[in-house]
Amino acid sequence: MATLEIRDLHVTVEADNATKEILKGVDLTVKQGETHAIMGPNGSGKSTLAYSLAGHPKYTITGGTVTLDGEDVLEMSVDERARAGLFLAMQYPVEVPGVSVSNFLRTSATAVRGEAPKLRTWVKEVKEAMERLNMDPAFAERNVNEGFSGGEKKRHEILQLELLKPKIAILDETDSGLDVDALRVVSEGVNRVRETGEVGTLLITHYTRILRYIKPDYVHVFSAGRIVESGGAELADKLEEEGYEAYTKGGASA
Amino acid sequence: MAEAQNIPVGSTTAGAIAVAAEADSTVATRMSAPPSFDVADFPVPHGREEEWRFTPLERLRGLHDGTATATGEGVKVAVEAPEGVTVETVGRDDARLGRAGTPVDRVAAQAYSAFEQASVVTVPKETVLTEPIRIAVHGEGGTAYGHQVVELGAFAEAVVVIDHTGDAVLAANVDYVLGDGAKLTVVSVQDWDDKAVHVGQHNALVGRDASFKSVVVTFGGDVVRLHPRVTYAGPGGEAELYGLYFTDAGQHQEHRLLVDHNVPHCKSNVAYKGALQGDDAHAVWIGDVLIEAKAEGTDTYEMNRNLVLTDGARVDSVPNLEIETGEIVGAGHASATGRFDDEQLFYLMARGIPEIDARRLVVRGFFAELVQQIGVPDIEERLIAKIEEELEASVA
Repeated sequence: MATLEIRDLHVTVEADNATKEILKGVDLTVKQGETHAIMGPNGSGKSTLAYSLAGHPKYTITGGTVTLDGEDVLEMSVDERARAGLFLAMQYPVEVPGVSVSNFLRTSATAVRGEAPKLRTWVKEVKEAMERLNMDPAFAERNVNEGFSGGEKKRHEILQLELLKPKIAILDETDSGLDVDALRVVSEGVNRVRETGEVGTLLITHYTRILRYIKPDYVHVFSAGRIVESGGAELADKLEEEGYEAYTKGGASA
Repeated sequence: MAEAQNIPVGSTTAGAIAVAAEADSTVATRMSAPPSFDVADFPVPHGREEEWRFTPLERLRGLHDGTATATGEGVKVAVEAPEGVTVETVGRDDARLGRAGTPVDRVAAQAYSAFEQASVVTVPKETVLTEPIRIAVHGEGGTAYGHQVVELGAFAEAVVVIDHTGDAVLAANVDYVLGDGAKLTVVSVQDWDDKAVHVGQHNALVGRDASFKSVVVTFGGDVVRLHPRVTYAGPGGEAELYGLYFTDAGQHQEHRLLVDHNVPHCKSNVAYKGALQGDDAHAVWIGDVLIEAKAEGTDTYEMNRNLVLTDGARVDSVPNLEIETGEIVGAGHASATGRFDDEQLFYLMARGIPEIDARRLVVRGFFAELVQQIGVPDIEERLIAKIEEELEASVA
């Protein structure tokens, strides 16, 4: 069973000619088949955690370890991490002009699977996955993320999740900027992948709304660069009622 | 007004829009001498003139100062034309030479003053070709001056591919003369060896309701400096000028365009894109569009984009739009120079795509929309292959 282990992770970022520590000792274990929600106020470092795990060059790891089934993730390049089974659904997916969605998906699937998928089964696979996400087939001929609406960008991220079948999926604020209909479609996509039992999910969110559609096994409250409280799904209900105030007003630093 | 700017790598230029009150255009007046066919009318440039300040004169091998002497077997020109096309070699006094435009700088005038024979390719009126005319210009290591004319009669349609390969020091001008309603697509590929020097002025005279499409592709050479220029012979003409360059370490590639909207109701669209990589790779793009007072109903847009793949490269991109009448349909310009986008690279790599493949996807994507405009399949394929080849070299 695939396991992602994060131990005492410290991460800094360069900003305004100064080095700032964003993550201050994160401990978390995510196993295949589990869903963990990470919730926290803006600026608490949730997205930094997501991008550090994926290997974004902007972030410097200054301490701690991250392993996937015992393999040192921090030693891997960005593409190696993806091929090892880590997937990051981004909050702000990047436009790649001149590269069609179909070309991108196939190039990516070829890289992750280690061989080019057979054309006939691939076309069917993509078509069906798009249908399940209520995506127009014409979408495949558009350039990656170019001119996509917020909802289209997120569907496209979840489409990749379904096709690439990672061991660990990190969803960075996948719910932000979505209306209720889009949120439902995207959540259903995530749930289809979860139901296979093959993926461990790290759901990063500011709002409890998405947790009505995607039921977490564990909820962690993130504040000032660390996990300050962990619990079951009931912790989300508490946050829904009380907000993050208890954690941001001194609670976190205690 | 219309002042050029030096653009540091990674930045963007807004260029200049000038609204001239008088008939004298700054596009014309900032040249150091008025156009002329005679080289003697131009002083030898010293390098600080507006039209020469980006160009490394010391690498022109004497084309600019009269010291470059033509050698016997400098350059071989072979024309392959479908049936119905006339191909002639003519002397200097042939009346069909020089009708599309007058040399605007000393090297163009030097070429016009020095060539001994010219090539004239004529497509008779109402002849519609289904195969391209191919002109192979191959450098044999010598120095040469040349002149090429391509003329289309009324309502004729043709595609011309001019292919420059080998090693040469070449100053040569090209005239494109389009009759009324004619349609001409010209692809000029500069695929020179590393040491070649190529300077030329490409003049197009676009007839009434005629369509001219130029695709300039520059990959090779030590110094390539081209002047694609368009004027109109009657209303209703359209010009599309596309360009694509890949500038490597040490190369100087300069494209200086002028579209002179000198008659009413004509269109022009300019789009040049370049990628640069390596130390002292230098690309220069000057885009001048002039809308004369009488050119009411003009519709024009020009764009230059540069993608800088490595440190040490330099881009100078200067769009100038000069408008003497407000009675136009549209006029605009854009220029942007950007570094290779690390966020694009991260996004693709985060999907398992290795860095080299990710870079290839992004650069292919950058050029894709222009390549698709060419409309000559074998040239499109060759360009894509060439871009791949250049990228292999950069990653290796």
